Amino acid sequence: MRRRSPLPDSTLVGLHHEEEHHPELLHHFANAEQQRDSSSLGMWVFLATEVMFFGGLFCAYLIYRRWYFPDFAAASKSINMALGATNTAVLICSSLTVVLAVWAAQTARRTLLILSLIATMLLGVVFLGIKGIEYRDKFVEHHVPGASFSFENEPVPGHPDQFANPRHAEIFFSLYFVMTGLHALHMIIGLGIFAWLLYAAWKGRFTPEYHTPIEIGGLYWHFVDLIWIYLFPLLYLIDRHP
Amino acid sequence: MSMEIAIPQPVERETYLNKEYGVWSWLLTTDHKRIALLYLISITFFFFIGGFFALLIRLELLTPAGDLVQADTYNKLFTMHGMVMVFFFLIPSIPAVLGNFLVPMMIGAKDLAFPRINLLSWYLYIIGGVMMLHCMLTGGVDTGWTFYAPFSTNFSNTKVVEAGLAIFVAGFSSILTGLNFVVTIHRMRAPGMTWSRLPLFIWAHYATSIIQLLGTPVLAITLTLVVAERALHLGIFDPKLGGDPVLFQHLFWFYSHPAVYIMILPAMGVITEIIACFSRKRIFGYSFVAFSSIAIAVFGFLVWAHHMFVAGTSVYAALVFSLLSYAVAVPSAIKVFNWTATLYKGSIHYDAPMLYAFGFLGLFTIGGLTGLFLAALGIDVHVTDTYFVVAHFHYIMVGGAVMGYLGGMHFWWPKISGRLYPEGWARLAALIVFIGFNLTFFPQFLLGYMGMPRRYYDYSHMPEFQVLNVLSTAGATVLGVGYLLPMVYFLWSMRYGKPASDNPWNAAGLEWMTTSPPPTFNFDEEPVVTWEAYNYEELDAPSHAQEVPVAG
Repeated sequence: MRRRSPLPDSTLVGLHHEEEHHPELLHHFANAEQQRDSSSLGMWVFLATEVMFFGGLFCAYLIYRRWYFPDFAAASKSINMALGATNTAVLICSSLTVVLAVWAAQTARRTLLILSLIATMLLGVVFLGIKGIEYRDKFVEHHVPGASFSFENEPVPGHPDQFANPRHAEIFFSLYFVMTGLHALHMIIGLGIFAWLLYAAWKGRFTPEYHTPIEIGGLYWHFVDLIWIYLFPLLYLIDRHP
Repeated sequence: MSMEIAIPQPVERETYLNKEYGVWSWLLTTDHKRIALLYLISITFFFFIGGFFALLIRLELLTPAGDLVQADTYNKLFTMHGMVMVFFFLIPSIPAVLGNFLVPMMIGAKDLAFPRINLLSWYLYIIGGVMMLHCMLTGGVDTGWTFYAPFSTNFSNTKVVEAGLAIFVAGFSSILTGLNFVVTIHRMRAPGMTWSRLPLFIWAHYATSIIQLLGTPVLAITLTLVVAERALHLGIFDPKLGGDPVLFQHLFWFYSHPAVYIMILPAMGVITEIIACFSRKRIFGYSFVAFSSIAIAVFGFLVWAHHMFVAGTSVYAALVFSLLSYAVAVPSAIKVFNWTATLYKGSIHYDAPMLYAFGFLGLFTIGGLTGLFLAALGIDVHVTDTYFVVAHFHYIMVGGAVMGYLGGMHFWWPKISGRLYPEGWARLAALIVFIGFNLTFFPQFLLGYMGMPRRYYDYSHMPEFQVLNVLSTAGATVLGVGYLLPMVYFLWSMRYGKPASDNPWNAAGLEWMTTSPPPTFNFDEEPVVTWEAYNYEELDAPSHAQEVPVAG
């Protein structure tokens, strides 16, 4: 084997080096910093793919909203703004508890870490519960697209003499269910991730030197929150009039 | 250049192949080299399934009458040929096999950044593949690989949902491979391996990964919407509700046009390595070749609507997309010119990998230039949905991507298996593939230009098309033999081939500086890079002649 810069025989040095390794350092990384940077970059890249995933939906939404604005406004009025606003507040609070969790891990506050993770998960469950109530309402009102869909004689906001086209409203509700449904699926995955983080935190795996999973799990959670921050005005607040 | 014969080692070295034995040591491995071999076996399986459908299509077209299969069956045949070949062979082919094996080795890393995610991506591929097989065995699907709405969403009575989900799952396998490559190339390079010293194979894979990351999620959401529309009766592309099927085409081609570059860019990376090695020269215009890969990835995202010139898009949009499609030819041409300039005054060796590289150069150029015909609005309207289009994209995907894949498999086979393949047979196979390919697809350019539409199983009203169709079917048989040969002698060489030395081609690149086959962690000691890529002048200088003897 030809080498350009012959290195000293490093077998023994290497072995000593191995022993000093942090137990969480995987074999193929040179040091903890490289491992942390790689994990963090990996999550950011993954979030870029998520932006494109939701981007296709946002694109479809914008086109139809432009084409069928009065019908979208009427359909938007039928969903419960108060519940949506509550859910927005719930998610913003959960982002706060995630930040607290990261800070607790950095500063070795194990109890606070565990409490913050539990609080985050509770807020996540509250969000999904409220979402479930909203879905039930839509089901009862026959606003779920399909054979039993009905949106007759619904006035267009600001134009009481005009009725929304039920077919176009059905497109709105199709988008509503796909967008909020996929968002809810991401929330459920997030709850799974946080359950695992809670278990690992309980076992005391996280230290100020090693808490990358909390950081990148937190990144994911913030991202899912951010999607909701866009969904709320787009779906709930089209042309609202008092 | 003929390959040297290594003196058999008295004690067997520990390599990634003989470190552990047993099924679980393979199925639960996190070694990127073993995962590459898992991918190799699985994509070869799907390649032959896709090839089987192609064979049936060609047999049906041997005669003008629809006599071998019914119309419904024929629709399923070309659909499943396309789906299997695109999503289960071409997309994973070079990245998941050669890329998986070589990316960490070329940059001097022990493994990819996320070895377990790498294994997960193989399992996702297998889950998607099993779903696709199940779909094919229980009735198949007939929408064409493009899933066009509203046929796919409202009318087709075949297994659209299952095929859509299979491709959705396989898509995540592709995303995870791209994610692993991007992070690995950013964070895992050996000391001294700067961006300007990276082999161009790495640049090509970096560009490919960007497309996989940004394009595939859009396909995922598009297929999700198709599945939701069929299974849950949502209506986003449904014209009955005022939905727009053309929106489906926009979203679909936003991924599926860049997907062509997922297939061709890695092949370009392979060809660059081969041409530099077998002309014994530094690649001409390194930075131009590197940045043209990135330019192709970027421009590739801006040309999708040239698939939709007859779909009722606006004339102004069509003009812009036509112009941008011409623009994407520029970086491709830069590559071809630089490869040619590398050959100029090179010391050229005609080994099998180089024969594939020459085949690639010619066929890719024809495929690329006919792509410009199709980017021109007037000609495109004339030949849309004819065999001209079919011939064009097969010149890119088969003449380009598969030639690159086979060339790369031959070039790195000694490193992968530790054995030499039989050179004479390999050159013969390369020749057969080249002849068979042209015989199959060149007549299709003529057929298309004369007006034979694609996706028709019966052309009895136009019997004059038969001669060219017979030529094409004959060529497909030759091509089939050309593809079977390497499979046979690669398998043969694993047992009977001569043991390969560490660097049988006397090639530049870190992957050749470790043993053949490499140890599990690739290098016995971490390499430190102090030289530029493709330093063939230095390698061939007399002072190195004793260290690395060149035979022939």
